[in-house]
Amino acid sequence: MKSRSGATLGLAMLLGLWAAASAPVRAEDSSAPQSCEVPAYLLATESPLPKVADAVKGGRPLEILVVGSRSSTITTSEASGYPGRLQAALHEKLPSVAVNVSVEIQVKKTAMEVAGTFVKLMEVKKPTLVVWQTGTVDALRSIDPDEFRAALDAGVAALQNAGADVVLMNLQYSPRTETMISVPPYLDNMRVVAQKYDVPLFDRFAIMHQWNDAGDFDLFSAYHGVELAKRVHDCLGRALSTFVIDAAHLGPAQQN
Amino acid sequence: MTSIADGIAGRPLAGEADTIVRDEAAPAKALPSITLPAAGERELRLDLFRGLALWLIFIDHLPPNLLTWFTIRNYGFSDATEIFIFISGYTAAFVYGRAMLESGFVVASARILRRVWQIYVAHVFLFTIFLAEISYVATSFENPLYTEEMGIMDFLKQPDVTIVQALLLRFRPVNMDVLPLYIVLMLFLPVILWLMKWRADATLGISVALYALTWRYDWYLSAYPNGYWAFNPFAWQLLFVFGAWCALGGARRMSSILSSRITLAISFAYLFAAFCVTLTWYLPQLGHVVPRRIEQWMYPIDKTDLDVLRFAHFLALAAVTVRFLPKDWPGLKSAWLRPLILCGQHSLEIFCLGVFLAFAGHFLLAEVSGGAAMHLLISISGILIMWAVAWVISWYKHVADKSASRTKGAGGNADLAGGGG
Repeated sequence: MKSRSGATLGLAMLLGLWAAASAPVRAEDSSAPQSCEVPAYLLATESPLPKVADAVKGGRPLEILVVGSRSSTITTSEASGYPGRLQAALHEKLPSVAVNVSVEIQVKKTAMEVAGTFVKLMEVKKPTLVVWQTGTVDALRSIDPDEFRAALDAGVAALQNAGADVVLMNLQYSPRTETMISVPPYLDNMRVVAQKYDVPLFDRFAIMHQWNDAGDFDLFSAYHGVELAKRVHDCLGRALSTFVIDAAHLGPAQQN
Repeated sequence: MTSIADGIAGRPLAGEADTIVRDEAAPAKALPSITLPAAGERELRLDLFRGLALWLIFIDHLPPNLLTWFTIRNYGFSDATEIFIFISGYTAAFVYGRAMLESGFVVASARILRRVWQIYVAHVFLFTIFLAEISYVATSFENPLYTEEMGIMDFLKQPDVTIVQALLLRFRPVNMDVLPLYIVLMLFLPVILWLMKWRADATLGISVALYALTWRYDWYLSAYPNGYWAFNPFAWQLLFVFGAWCALGGARRMSSILSSRITLAISFAYLFAAFCVTLTWYLPQLGHVVPRRIEQWMYPIDKTDLDVLRFAHFLALAAVTVRFLPKDWPGLKSAWLRPLILCGQHSLEIFCLGVFLAFAGHFLLAEVSGGAAMHLLISISGILIMWAVAWVISWYKHVADKSASRTKGAGGNADLAGGGG
C-alpha cells in the first residue's frame, strides 16, 4: 500500500504542477496611486472612544500611542509605517487638533509579555488613545488561545485603568502563510475581548483580505521591494484615522 | 497488500485453539463478550459517511469558499473529524477484533502495529511535502510587508530539532493533526480490544472515566515548540472506543434505544437547538436570542478536548442517520453515492491525498489567482481527484486480489478497515 499511495500522490502532485505551470502569469501591478476603499461595515463600530472625543472637543492635544510588533512598522522605512500615516491623515482631517502619534514596537513579544509592560508604559507616556496591535507573535508560536485571551483581558484592563481609550488591532491577512499559521483562534479571541470591554476592534485582517479580494493589492505576490508595503501601510493609516474619528463621533465641527 | 497480511490470519498458530474454545464457551455462558456481525457483509453506510468526512475535511482545510457552506460544522457543533474518528474506531475494531478472535492477541497486535506504521509513514510523507512547500515559500517570498509572518520559517534554522520533533509527532504544522491522533489511538487498539474481549461495557466505562478525568485534571500532550496537541488523544479516545464498542455488538444491543421515539425526539430537538446556536455565529443580529446564562455555560465549545456538546451532537446525528438510513437502503448501491463510498473504502490514502491537495490548492491560489471562481474550481477538482484515485486503488486492489486468490485462496475482508488490514 505504501508504494501505491505514494504513486497516486505522485500522480496528483504532477497534476498540480502541470496546472501551476500552464496557468497564466499574473501581471505585475504597479499603478502608482492606490485606491483602497474600505466597505463601511468593516469600519463600523458601536464601541465609543470617549477620551478621544473629550480631548478633541476640549481642544487638548491628541496623544496616540501605537503598541505593536514588527507588522506595525516597515523595517527599512520607519516613517512610512501605518502609525506615521495615521498621524498624517489625522492632521489632514483634524487640522485644528494637535495630534502626536508615538510608536512602541516590542519585537517578538507575546500579548502576555507586552501586557506586562503596560502599567509602566502608561506612567511614562500618558496617551489619550492606545492602539494595541497584537496576535501575530502568539499565532506564530501557537500560544494557548485561552492564555492569549487572558493576556488581552489583562492588557486592555490595564490600559483602561490607566485612563486611556483603547483600540485593538488584529493580525495582517497573509495569504502566503495561511497554511502555516492558524489565525482564526486569535482573531476570535480578540473579537471576544473587544466586545467584553466595549473597545473598538480595527479588523486589519478583514480589511486587508477585502483589498486582496477586490484586487486593490496583490498580497499573494512574491514582490521583494518595499513599495507594496508602503502603499498598504498608507491605506491602513488612512482607514485607521477614519475608524478613530467615527468611533469617537467627531462630527464635521471638529473636522474643519 | 491486504491479502499478503491476511495470509497470516489463515495460518494455524500455537494457542489459537485455546482462544477459540474460550470464545465458543462465552456465548453459552451468556457473558457480555463481544459479538461480531457475520463475515462478508460490508457496511456501506460506514464507507459512505467516512467518504463524506474525507471530502468535508478536505474542504475545511481549504480557504473558505462556496463549498465551505456545505460542511456540517456550519450547522452544528460537531464536524467531520468526529465522523472520521468514530468510523475509524468502528472499522478498526471490526477487522482487528475478528483477527483477535481468530488468531489471538499477538498476531492481531502485530497486524495493528503494522497498520500504525503505515499511518506513521503517511504522516511523515505529508510532513515532507509541507517542508517542501514552506521552504519554497521561505526562499521565494521576501515581502517586507510580511517580515513578521515569515517568523514561522524560523524552525528551518534548526532543522535538526524540528525534524526530530516532527518524527516524535510533537511538531505538527497546521492541518496535520488528525493523523497523529489516529496513530496514538491505533497504538492503543490492541489493549482496547483485549479489554473489550474481557468486558466490552467495562472498557467503554474506562474510556468514559479517562475522558472525565482528562477534563477534571486538564491532561494533555504537549507539542513543539509550544502549545499542545490540537486533538487531545485522552479526550478523543472516547469516540474511537465508542466506535469500537458499537462494532463489537454494542450497536446491536443499543438497537432498542436507537429505535425508540423518545431518542429520536431528543436527537432532533438537540440538533435543532445546536443549529440555532450556530446560526448566531454567522448572523450576530440574532445574538440576543441565546440567553446570556446559557451562553456563559456553553462557551467555549472546545474542540481540542472533544466538548461534551460536540460529542452529544455527534450522537444525535448518528442516531438520526441510523434511523432514517437503513443498512439495506437501495440508494447505497446507486451510482451517485459510489464516489463517496469508494473514497471511504480507502480512507488512509484518500485522507493523505486530501491533505496534500489542500496544500496544492493553497499553492495554486497563491501562484495563479485567488478569485472565488478559482477557489470553487480547486475544491471541485480536488474532490474529483480524490474520487479518481480511490477508483484506481479499488481497481488495483481488485486485480491484485484476483491474482492473489489464484495463488492461495481467499483474500479476507481486512480492507473493511479502509484500505489496509
